[in-house]
Amino acid sequence: MLPEYKTSVTKVDNADKMAGKAIFTGDIQMDDLLTAVSVRSTIAKGKVLDIKLPELPKGYYFISAKDIVGENICNIIFDDWPIFVDKQVNYLGETIGLIVGEDKGKCLDLAAQVNITYEEETPVFEMVNSYIYKEFTKGNPELFKGAAEIYSESFATGYQEQAYLETQGMIVYFDNDVITVKASMQCPFYIHKAIMRVTNYPENKVRVIQPAVGGAFGGKEHYPSLMGGQLATALLKIRKPIRMIFDRPEDIAFTTKRHPSRTEISAYLDKHKNIIGLNIHVHIDGGAYKGCSGVVLSRALIACTNAYTFDNLIVNGDAYCTNKVPSAAFRGFGSPQSIFAIELFIHHLANHLGIDPLELRNKYMVKQGDITSTNGIFRDPIVLKELRDKAMKMSDYENKVKLYSRPGSNRGIGMSWFLHGCGFTGGGESDIIKAKLRIKKDKDGVVTFYTSQVDFGQGNRTTLKRIVVDTLGIPEDKVIYDAPDTSLTLSTGPTAASRTIIIVGGLAAKAAQHLKDIWVDGEEQEIIEPYVAPNFIHWDEATMQGDAYPGYAWGVNIVEVSFDPLTYQIKVDGCWSTYDVGHCIDERIVVGQADGGIVQALGYGYLENEVAIDGKFRQRNLSDYIIPTIEDVPELETGFVDNPFPYGAFGAKGAGELTFVGGAPAIALAIEMAIKHKVNKVPANPEYIMELLSHED
Amino acid sequence: MKINFVINKHNVTVDVDPSMRLLDVIRNELHLTGTKEGCGEGSCGACTVLVDNIPYDSCLTPIANVIGKEVMTIEGIRESKEYNVIADAFAKMGGSQCGFCTPGMIIATYALLQSNPHPTDEEIKVALSGNLCRCTGYQGIINSVRLASQKGEKND
Repeated sequence: MLPEYKTSVTKVDNADKMAGKAIFTGDIQMDDLLTAVSVRSTIAKGKVLDIKLPELPKGYYFISAKDIVGENICNIIFDDWPIFVDKQVNYLGETIGLIVGEDKGKCLDLAAQVNITYEEETPVFEMVNSYIYKEFTKGNPELFKGAAEIYSESFATGYQEQAYLETQGMIVYFDNDVITVKASMQCPFYIHKAIMRVTNYPENKVRVIQPAVGGAFGGKEHYPSLMGGQLATALLKIRKPIRMIFDRPEDIAFTTKRHPSRTEISAYLDKHKNIIGLNIHVHIDGGAYKGCSGVVLSRALIACTNAYTFDNLIVNGDAYCTNKVPSAAFRGFGSPQSIFAIELFIHHLANHLGIDPLELRNKYMVKQGDITSTNGIFRDPIVLKELRDKAMKMSDYENKVKLYSRPGSNRGIGMSWFLHGCGFTGGGESDIIKAKLRIKKDKDGVVTFYTSQVDFGQGNRTTLKRIVVDTLGIPEDKVIYDAPDTSLTLSTGPTAASRTIIIVGGLAAKAAQHLKDIWVDGEEQEIIEPYVAPNFIHWDEATMQGDAYPGYAWGVNIVEVSFDPLTYQIKVDGCWSTYDVGHCIDERIVVGQADGGIVQALGYGYLENEVAIDGKFRQRNLSDYIIPTIEDVPELETGFVDNPFPYGAFGAKGAGELTFVGGAPAIALAIEMAIKHKVNKVPANPEYIMELLSHED
Repeated sequence: MKINFVINKHNVTVDVDPSMRLLDVIRNELHLTGTKEGCGEGSCGACTVLVDNIPYDSCLTPIANVIGKEVMTIEGIRESKEYNVIADAFAKMGGSQCGFCTPGMIIATYALLQSNPHPTDEEIKVALSGNLCRCTGYQGIINSVRLASQKGEKND
């Protein structure tokens, strides 16, 4: 049975993408286009003493820190990440310079001949040096002293590669005297700001334009800013168009990935097996530079009790400095790590106490009006029970639990439930991003609006346009909405944090409504609409207290697996999901997010193994970093419970990250049931399962 | 070395190193950019083209291997009536998100339905197993191929 998407419209970019006409960064044709390749450090930590260049033929250049006109800083919240290594190397493969010239092969040859002398220092690869620490409490942790029992466990998650199909790439050129950038990116204004700082160019002399972008998932949120700083420096010196595109091994080895983590949880229990409270400590590996690790840590900590309410909490978190590629944004942004830990912990605790895990989970399930982990309030109606019941019915969960729990079944079924806070944490939207949306109408009644939101596959160009079309009530061809160009649009913020529809969509609807209210035929009219946060949101960043997010989306994932006791292979046999994303504006697009999110999460849970040894990643391409293929995926069934959100556009909340956060715990719980052994780590791949089962003998 | 072959039903001659990748000839010499490079070693299928109606990873194919053969890229496929059926199915079923894998997916689908107009789900999975997609979770793609197969049936 094929689905019918009655609420959906044809995606605006479909035709070009299918026909191969969509122009990605690598497809742009330009005269005299030079190529840049990176010269990278071959050690993980140390000082650069000397750089000896080979003889550079005419038309070939070496660009390094010495060529930077402005500041040698790529600001990603902190100022610690340099554009080029100046003296100090902090991770293997850090960029020391670029070789730029006409022929890529020759550039690579020359780059290989650059001879760098180092004074090596002892690198640190383990999570021992904390560079960011956060903590908060809830209720009265003093009560822990009266506990009859303390139950503790530790959980670990690995690196994960975004594995967007299009690797990182960028072109820079002068258009008259304006530094112009086209790149595979998520956040045009991040690149814009980075280049201004590196070149000392003013705002109107840097322009960032978005071409087609082949997937991002967080991986193109920050890294393109670094490339922008490097290439803009080269452009100022060479003054010819330059393109840099990473091949897959370079992209895997040297660009940002998901933070590996370790989470310790202790439950304090009274003599009636009630949970007095939890003590949770999340550790994440931030890599050589802090970047956004503090914010990732915040999200991990805020989400650490997931969709459960516990009255008393002690929550601590550390991000660690290691001499490895910096970890950064990836769909879920810290919450997949801590949600994996708590989902498994609750099950393990129930088993330890001899209680049905579902019973224990139900007892602590979040309800409307409950106090969040950070002492905010879950204000909006919560339909988690409906989501749970619907998913259990779709999957025949209870019967399968009975059947597969029997010894020797080699099959398992696991359920997770979860929430995701939409938008930037705390006051981020009103204090940091301060989105402004421009909408204008010409004399003929044609409306043009601008955002800085990038469509890298999610479908937001289609949905944002539709929000404006439907609000104005005018034909689709009377509304123009193109990809971002920083010379035309005001910043509506980054394409991140599941904020596009809930925040920018809400802003677009508001702006369109204002335009409609003042609409006069035959006149040119323009509105600049600023984002105003709902007035109930109060957040104190220093103490991490208050309402962390303007709204929450909810979901349930159920995954069924079979286990081959000879090969230790896991096969995914079924996957059912239910979501509350507020109201689905376009069901086909939301189902697309749901399917893509859960499959990426299943990969995280059982397949995708990425390991660094001495700072070097062992997996070098998509042949050894294994992501799910079409043969690894069962029929995916997805359902929704409508629960319109009063502050988003047409009742919509965020959907992009929500669909990722529950997949790993669901499959890990299914694997536990199939192998009849506790799982404390993802990916739960055959090697790990073998290790678990061999310890049993 | 001068190499003759047929691309999208046109005879062409290129003067390149015979070991050059077919992918590079298509993209850099012939400027047909619908064929994409995702991994460069035959794992992802973004560079899929047809050589004498069989799907090939053009990143693993030296240009010398296609001397005298017929190569079809998405720029050729999109002129066919079968393409319209497939593209329409991909649009209806959400088979394309970021679009980077899409030309390769469509070519793999085209090749499958040419040789097997009514594939089973297992046959669809085998035929598309060399094409990675990171956006859709494949459900939209499977549904697209199913729909294209049904629609093609009506055109038989």
